[in-house]
Amino acid sequence: MDKTVDARGLLCPEPVLLTKKAIEKEKGGTIRVLVDNNAARENVTRLAKSLGWNITITTREDEYEIVLTK
Amino acid sequence: MQNKKILVAAAGGVMGLLAVLLVRYGNPANMGYCIACFLRDISGGLKLHRAETVQYMRPEILGLITGAFIAAVYTKEHRAVGGSSSLTRFLLAFVSMIGMLVFLGCPVRVALRLAGGDLNAGVGLLGLIAGVFIGVQFLNRGFSLGKSVSQPKVNGYIFPAIAIILLILTLSGASFFAASKTGPGSMHAPVIISAAAGLIAGILVQRARFCTVGGIRDFIMFGDTHLLIGFLSLLVVAFIGNISVGAFKLGFAGQPIAHTDGVWNFLGMALAGTGSTLIGGCPLRQLTAASEGNTDCAVTVFGLIAGAAFAHNFGLAAGPNGVPAAGQAAVLIGLAVVLLTGFAGVYRSKSVPGGVGLGQNG
Repeated sequence: MDKTVDARGLLCPEPVLLTKKAIEKEKGGTIRVLVDNNAARENVTRLAKSLGWNITITTREDEYEIVLTK
Repeated sequence: MQNKKILVAAAGGVMGLLAVLLVRYGNPANMGYCIACFLRDISGGLKLHRAETVQYMRPEILGLITGAFIAAVYTKEHRAVGGSSSLTRFLLAFVSMIGMLVFLGCPVRVALRLAGGDLNAGVGLLGLIAGVFIGVQFLNRGFSLGKSVSQPKVNGYIFPAIAIILLILTLSGASFFAASKTGPGSMHAPVIISAAAGLIAGILVQRARFCTVGGIRDFIMFGDTHLLIGFLSLLVVAFIGNISVGAFKLGFAGQPIAHTDGVWNFLGMALAGTGSTLIGGCPLRQLTAASEGNTDCAVTVFGLIAGAAFAHNFGLAAGPNGVPAAGQAAVLIGLAVVLLTGFAGVYRSKSVPGGVGLGQNG
């Protein structure tokens, strides 16, 4: 079950908060997080790693797709 | 990741060091850097208020914006965005500034005053933490100012361009800005040193995404110490610096540009903490984000400047003898404004899983 968190256009802490809520809900599987600024990318990545999720980041024009798997 | 931690600690540390040096070179005591105080001085320098003791075009701020802008352009992080409740941000910044001027400092100066031994700032810090905690409750319940969208490029250059032009004018010795003859506004390091310190701080703060309120917020929200390390690093380095130059004096009474009224120190910073949390960061972070092309944050900075002008035009700001009755009333009104905004933002709509509706809550 793929889940997407669209946090484009949001500044921290909102992207991190939305990701955290998704992680708490899903517990595992795959979560896609879309962000559009570096600070959000760094912070979401830091949170996910600290909670033991694997990360792959794809960069598109002005956007990042962070795929979390666990 | 480890490099990022070092960068945040370095940004805080360098700011702490520069703050001690700037005071040595002439800035007011425990005010090497204070974003709120300096925006108030700029507000006065532009003659938006007539308080003759706090008027000076602080090059630290103008240099900081320039430095952050250069760093953002260089790393391709400069993007024109906006459209996320800019008027609400203006309002929240406006009342937050009044809170800061009742305490006499922004969160950066909380650290610098503590580092100088001013225990009143400890009370202010408790107020700030309480305010951030309240703000976090709203965020956790879905408070959001909505999404920003990309804007035409020109939008992103207006704010830094204004700062760069003002910096050039200030460096060239333009005499048409107001400049205090007495009081804190008359105390300043040489222009070139202030500007250079601002430039260095701006670059570091932009790269590190440094934010004092963010540090406290992330620790409360996620148990994340990343940004908090920067805040602590600022405090520790400034403390060591003050000890080594003999600028440390422990106590409540007779502290420079401070008052001992604990209730209003606490409530002033509680207002600033709540307001800053709702708008996503402390004044320093707003300056940086505005330099990166975020027009909402630029409007926020103008809100801070307008709030400072209002505070001094209507006699709300504190002085060494305490807080005037009008200032106390303004803090209470400000607290009502931030709390009402918080509740309105939370209960405007129900949260939507997996994203945020445009202009709605996540």
